[in-house]
Amino acid sequence: MALEEYKGVFVFAQQVDNVLDGVAFELLGKGKDLAKDLDTDVTAVLIGSGIKGLADQLAEYGADRVIVVDDPELKDYRTEPYAHALASVINEYKPEIMLVGATAIGRDLGPTVSARVKTGLTADCTVLEIGDFPLVAVPGKEADQKHKQLLMTRPAFGGNTIATIACPDNRPQMATVRPGVMQKIAPIAGAKANIVEFNPGFTPNNRYVEILNIVKAVKNTANIMDAKILVSGGRGVGSKENFKLLEDLAEVLGGTVSCSRAVVENGWLPVDLQVGQTGKTVRPQIYFAIGISGAIQHVAGMEDSDLIVAINKDEDAPIFDVADYGLVGDLNKIVPALTAALKAEMQAK
Amino acid sequence: MDFGLDKKHEMARSLFRDFAENEVKPLAQEVDETEEFPMETVKKMQKLGFMGIPVPKEYGGQGCDPLTYVMCVEELSKVCATTGVVVSAHTSLCIDPIMTYGTEDQKQKYVKALATGEKLGAFALTEPGAGTDAQGAQTKAVLDGDEWVLNGSKCFITNGKVADVYIVIAITSVTEDKRGRKKKNFSAFIVDKGAPGFSFGTKEKKMGIRGSSTYELIFEDCRIPKENLLGPLGKGFPIAMHTLDGGRIGIAAQALGIAEGALDRAIAYTKERKQFGRSIAQQQNTQFKLADMATRVEAAQMLVYKAAMAKATQKVYSVEAAKAKLFAAETAMAVTTEVVQLFGGYGYIREYDVERMMRDAKITEIYEGTSEVQRMVISGALLR
Amino acid sequence: MNIVVCIKQVPDTKGGVKFNPDGTLDRAAMLAIMNPDDKAGLEAALRIKDATGAKVTVLTMGLPKADAVLREAMAMGADEAVLVTDRVLGGADTWATSTTIAGALRNLDYDLIITGRQAIDGDTAQVGPQIAEHLSLPVISYAEDIKVEGDSVIVKRQYEDRYHEVKAKMPCLITALSELNEPRYMTPGGIFDACDKEVTVWGRADLKDVDDSDLGLKGSPTKIAKASDKVPKGAGEKVNLDPAESVEYLIGKFKEKHII
Repeated sequence: MALEEYKGVFVFAQQVDNVLDGVAFELLGKGKDLAKDLDTDVTAVLIGSGIKGLADQLAEYGADRVIVVDDPELKDYRTEPYAHALASVINEYKPEIMLVGATAIGRDLGPTVSARVKTGLTADCTVLEIGDFPLVAVPGKEADQKHKQLLMTRPAFGGNTIATIACPDNRPQMATVRPGVMQKIAPIAGAKANIVEFNPGFTPNNRYVEILNIVKAVKNTANIMDAKILVSGGRGVGSKENFKLLEDLAEVLGGTVSCSRAVVENGWLPVDLQVGQTGKTVRPQIYFAIGISGAIQHVAGMEDSDLIVAINKDEDAPIFDVADYGLVGDLNKIVPALTAALKAEMQAK
Repeated sequence: MDFGLDKKHEMARSLFRDFAENEVKPLAQEVDETEEFPMETVKKMQKLGFMGIPVPKEYGGQGCDPLTYVMCVEELSKVCATTGVVVSAHTSLCIDPIMTYGTEDQKQKYVKALATGEKLGAFALTEPGAGTDAQGAQTKAVLDGDEWVLNGSKCFITNGKVADVYIVIAITSVTEDKRGRKKKNFSAFIVDKGAPGFSFGTKEKKMGIRGSSTYELIFEDCRIPKENLLGPLGKGFPIAMHTLDGGRIGIAAQALGIAEGALDRAIAYTKERKQFGRSIAQQQNTQFKLADMATRVEAAQMLVYKAAMAKATQKVYSVEAAKAKLFAAETAMAVTTEVVQLFGGYGYIREYDVERMMRDAKITEIYEGTSEVQRMVISGALLR
Repeated sequence: MNIVVCIKQVPDTKGGVKFNPDGTLDRAAMLAIMNPDDKAGLEAALRIKDATGAKVTVLTMGLPKADAVLREAMAMGADEAVLVTDRVLGGADTWATSTTIAGALRNLDYDLIITGRQAIDGDTAQVGPQIAEHLSLPVISYAEDIKVEGDSVIVKRQYEDRYHEVKAKMPCLITALSELNEPRYMTPGGIFDACDKEVTVWGRADLKDVDDSDLGLKGSPTKIAKASDKVPKGAGEKVNLDPAESVEYLIGKFKEKHII
């Protein structure tokens, strides 16, 4: 593999039903940063059927070039024709970096393509940067240190560890990137990209699966043990009606409302939403403890949450001992303000 | 001492523990509160073969040893003593005597159905006038043509009414010894639920193991087939005693489980509970209590496992069983009482399990031979 | 019908994570369990076995102690077990791992290969699709339901906002989600039998059609530059500000953490 033949940062521009996924724009934003460090440009790879029209949008979000693979076989996502499309683009255009969103599509397409083009793939990255590998040169072997490598940082072990990974001897350096992590640029209206059409030819074989049916999902009622974000309220919320404040916050974050035992006892919420020793044990990514004092019986059920935010008017409430971020104050003022601020942030994205 | 705790037993324990944690523990409080027999759990255990652990595979069992069975009762009882005793009474008191004394036909007919969990078993010896002194029993069986006719009643029967198969001990003759004293001769019978003249009396309301189904059995001209005599005619008393030796190992395992469960709770609680600015586990009073309890629990475990090993390798294991039950039961009572004390006010509240464990522990000092009976068995062997 | 389920012994991540000095994982220091997605895949295979009498073989690559998950799988009902273990296979990334497993699978008869979607230690979800690629098989990832129909499988393939009902001809490879089912328990008798059974052990020499240069740490295109435990939770920060400032503070923290 002649590594120096591989040039440019490529981004898989995921679309479903001819609508670009937000992660495509985020990858373009990151791709631009990386391209700047490498003194190269950013190419979006757009794969689908009848999708040429999306190319301009990619240009507005930073693509210098868009390679369009447009074929009727590519109408709905299937591993094989998509892998063939992307692998063919890689073999033809030889990028040094190939970024894919860590979505249910990208986490299937990425590994298949990396195995096909025989390169490494780092999954679910949260940080991408250009640097040296090894990070520090081995004394006496300074010449072996490689420069301008893609350093890919990712959490592993359920978030217990962080690893930084390089792919020094193979190209392209491939990564899937978690949606929502990278920043997209403010779109540049009217920006145009160099559009290249490419079709490697698609001949169905045994690896083409047949899609019998596509069913768009309806969300089930929440199970607090599966929730990624829990907005939990305690006695301090004051009333059943006041839980509306928490519901609003949960809605903005795509989270679920849960509660402490006192809330169940007061009949404000049903018992299946109760967190704690006599309720459920939860481990969400973010746990908001709002108006919850933090009795050990409650803490036992939520202390393993990745991030705990506590809001309580009692400065000495034990919940602050386990919280990553504690806000001392009136929840009736803080929660609606937080909801509004988050809503504004989301819309800005 | 080598208990043969190999890979098999380690895996079996992890299975029982997972099952207990996931399927049994969440229901324990409700079972106690509602006093309802945990039929759904029993059905799950039937499916997994928990109802025939020490039974050979050719009779529908799992082909494991008594130690594996004991571990099952132990792990279940850690989280719910009611569930533990259901398995114990079924296995030790119903399957075991049929396996030991039954004819091939009886084993085929009854053990298979019991071990696969298709049917649930119970054992009936105790009567209102005959607890520790079994000679006080009144229930009689008389042969009439091809059928035995039973009359009388039995009380405090575990798995009563929910069981399908009952081992019933009844008087089949009265003889006089040389000095002219009357002696009742007992025989053992297998009675199916639904036998004509077999009915159930009142359900007992109990202090502990409240979900276990404890009933009075009533026999009014109850007719069962002649071939349902279990073991030789007139040998009912030794059969019952030998059965209870096995049963005591099961109850010892139940007691051990209760003690272990309470100790586990105490360790977790004392680490979390803060008083005077530090966790109560940091106080020496707590530390010493925990140390004493842990030592005692492990000693109980040794005696219980030793009895299980004896059952696997010896014909007679009365003393091993008696020592195991005596010590494990008294350990369960002492440990649960201490743990309630460590929990303080919370220990006295129903939500916190440990008061239930204390109530559950008490019965292990009473049923299948009181602690006093165990002392009689042990001292009897010493002074023989 | 022959089903091979690829399973992995993984550290129970609840207990914290340890590394060797070279940055690779010190698996020996952590409690080991069968990876949850793999267990769901095994359950799916066992249900097909219950319905059709298929033979289920479990295969794992790992240290000799990975024998434990194979025994567990047999105690649940798998018929045979293969352990692929060899010093030269150590330190493998997903490329080298999938190459190794594909090399082992070439020795086995299979109509269906099931892997878990991802392991809780690496969370990559890469090995399943990469095995399929090495063996030129159709792959269906993220399965929430699997049905066998004649010489095909019909799979509910999960996406974020929908599912596809997908049909593939066997042989093929499916990656299973833990949502697929509720795995059965072992049985006591199953445990006793499983401990008495033989586990087939394969080393490097038993792998078919693989190059040494594609195996182990050497054969791994990705290299660890740095690995560390996540900084443990401190006492946390507590602020006592007016509501607007509090919100501003929290939003700032969320941005720092890439939460928003």
